[in-house]
Amino acid sequence: MRRAVLIAIPYVWLLALFLVPFFIVLKISLSDTALAIPPYTPTLDFSAGWAGIKDFFSQLDFENYVWLTEDDLYWKAYLSSVKIALISTFLTLLVGYPIAYGMARAPQEWRPTLMMLVILPFWTSFLIRVYAWMGILSNEGYLNQILLWTGLISTPLTILNTSTAVYIGIVYTYLPFMILPIYSALERLDGSLIEAAEDLGCSRLQAFWLVTIPLSKPGIIAGCFLVMIPVIGEFVIPSLLGGSGTLMIGKVLWEEFFSNRDWPVASAVAIVLLLILVIPIVLFQRNQQKQAEADG
Amino acid sequence: MNSDVFEPWEDPQAKPLIQFQNVTKRFGEFTAIDNLSLDIFEREFFALLGPSGCGKTTMMRMLAGFETPTEGHILLGGQDIDPIPPNKRAVNMMFQSYALFPHLSVWENIAFGLRRDNMPKHDLDERVEEMLRLTRLEQFARRKPHQISGGQRQRVALARSLAKAPKLLLLDEPLGALDKKLRQDTQFELMDIQEKTGTTFVIVTHDQEEAMTVASRVAVMDQGQLMQVATPDRIYENPASVYVADFIGDVNIIEGRAAPSGEDTYQIDWAEGQAPLTASSSTGFSNGQSCHLAIRPEKVTISAERPADAVNAVQGKVHDIAYLGNLSTYHVELQNGTIIKAQTANTRRISRRSFTWEDPVWLSWTATAAVLLAH
Repeated sequence: MRRAVLIAIPYVWLLALFLVPFFIVLKISLSDTALAIPPYTPTLDFSAGWAGIKDFFSQLDFENYVWLTEDDLYWKAYLSSVKIALISTFLTLLVGYPIAYGMARAPQEWRPTLMMLVILPFWTSFLIRVYAWMGILSNEGYLNQILLWTGLISTPLTILNTSTAVYIGIVYTYLPFMILPIYSALERLDGSLIEAAEDLGCSRLQAFWLVTIPLSKPGIIAGCFLVMIPVIGEFVIPSLLGGSGTLMIGKVLWEEFFSNRDWPVASAVAIVLLLILVIPIVLFQRNQQKQAEADG
Repeated sequence: MNSDVFEPWEDPQAKPLIQFQNVTKRFGEFTAIDNLSLDIFEREFFALLGPSGCGKTTMMRMLAGFETPTEGHILLGGQDIDPIPPNKRAVNMMFQSYALFPHLSVWENIAFGLRRDNMPKHDLDERVEEMLRLTRLEQFARRKPHQISGGQRQRVALARSLAKAPKLLLLDEPLGALDKKLRQDTQFELMDIQEKTGTTFVIVTHDQEEAMTVASRVAVMDQGQLMQVATPDRIYENPASVYVADFIGDVNIIEGRAAPSGEDTYQIDWAEGQAPLTASSSTGFSNGQSCHLAIRPEKVTISAERPADAVNAVQGKVHDIAYLGNLSTYHVELQNGTIIKAQTANTRRISRRSFTWEDPVWLSWTATAAVLLAH
């Protein structure tokens, strides 16, 4: 009995906060827009009895999904999101791996402090931090002021409202998600393995390629997925730092929902996004499971 | 001398493979190795023995190239190896933790070092197979290190470090992780492999039994210095100091003052009201010099009556008996409170044991049984 209750808690949680909203969104995506509150039709009317329910289901269709394939805005946005996610994940890995490596190699007594420094930005609101980047990257921003002052450039660089700004924002925001899994993999790495590799004829660099990288692979994979999955649907960073040229599905979804008030199309966009994300999520789970088996 | 006996250290013409020349190693304020000189010869199975923190692991890490001497030089085959990095040395090491690469199979682990030398594929395959045969691992070649037992892992580590046919193989506590029975079997296996391959082995251990079993010579270390370097039997029978005598095996130490009583023979006054003990020693002692008499328990005879012809005999009563199965060690308390241990083989069943607790007994030993030590 107690066990049943214990198991029920997460299931109820999942049901109430994931499955129910999911089916609501799914239902809206199959509806049509209407000038009403809520702005779609049909709505389920139980007072009409069985006929009402039948009528309700007969009005649902895949029209909105067909629409997504007809207007090239959508698939371009999906593709562009995936592209931006892949590139920024790679950039985050390039920045994050050396940091994680440095942390894992640092003296034992420094590590908690370094870890703290990585997590510290989370203590401030994410939105405020992105606004701070606007202050840094804008034409009159701190970065341009410093570069002009040092004489490296003579005219201010245009960074804000470009893809570069979006990449900077994403790498900055998601860096801890990359660092932490890699750090935990590197920290467990037995130092004598590197010595053994050197003893057997590896140079430092070879030992790094042949031993350190393969043994931190689970951490790299976990970090990449943790960054890539949320970045595909990212909305705040491209809308604040990116310009009109930065096409991301999160932004399209927001505009469909709030500017066009086309809830059914927005819901269809969200459902397709979810289906796209299922692939990396499943791969991520498999990586975690394999890791757990290797450790067990 | 029989020319078949392997004793290059006795031959002044022999050129040592490894030479430590006044090597000192400091870590900050701490001196790990203190002005140490040592020669190790080709084909030797050399053991560095000592308590933890004595510097034996530092010696090994300097040979492997992970540490460099603060002062002095280490020569390998006459060449100063201090500036040579670990990956360029003809020295391989078997790590205490084995340090097997967990992401590679047994086969790939063994091939790892050979690949770095860009060995042709055919030769490489052959060499790996040879190593697998040598360590009897053929049927585990495809497994990953976490899929085999501790003893098998130990053999993979050995095969991997031997694969490159190094001039010198270093073994850092190689058998520490194995249980006693497996350890004993593996010791003999190690000796076999050492003989077959003709490689010079340097083993680091804190287990004196292990060092005595496998090594051609043993170096007993303490606080960064060599206390004695000799063959296992000489270390045991002729320890150079009380430290060595005490570290290797069980020993009774009696303090006293020496008085010459003939050629190489001394009388030792050791306790009020006790007859002086007689011991022979080739090292000279001056009259009244303080000395330590070291006697191994198995060289002390225990009897009910005073043996008529005994040179040294003391009386006491049985304080404790340690029954070891094949042996029994009697702890005999003398009248002045000193405890002397005497060991006898249990040739009779325990029920027919001659002595029991509180029995008055005589302990006796010959003049040559004990070693007279100055310090």
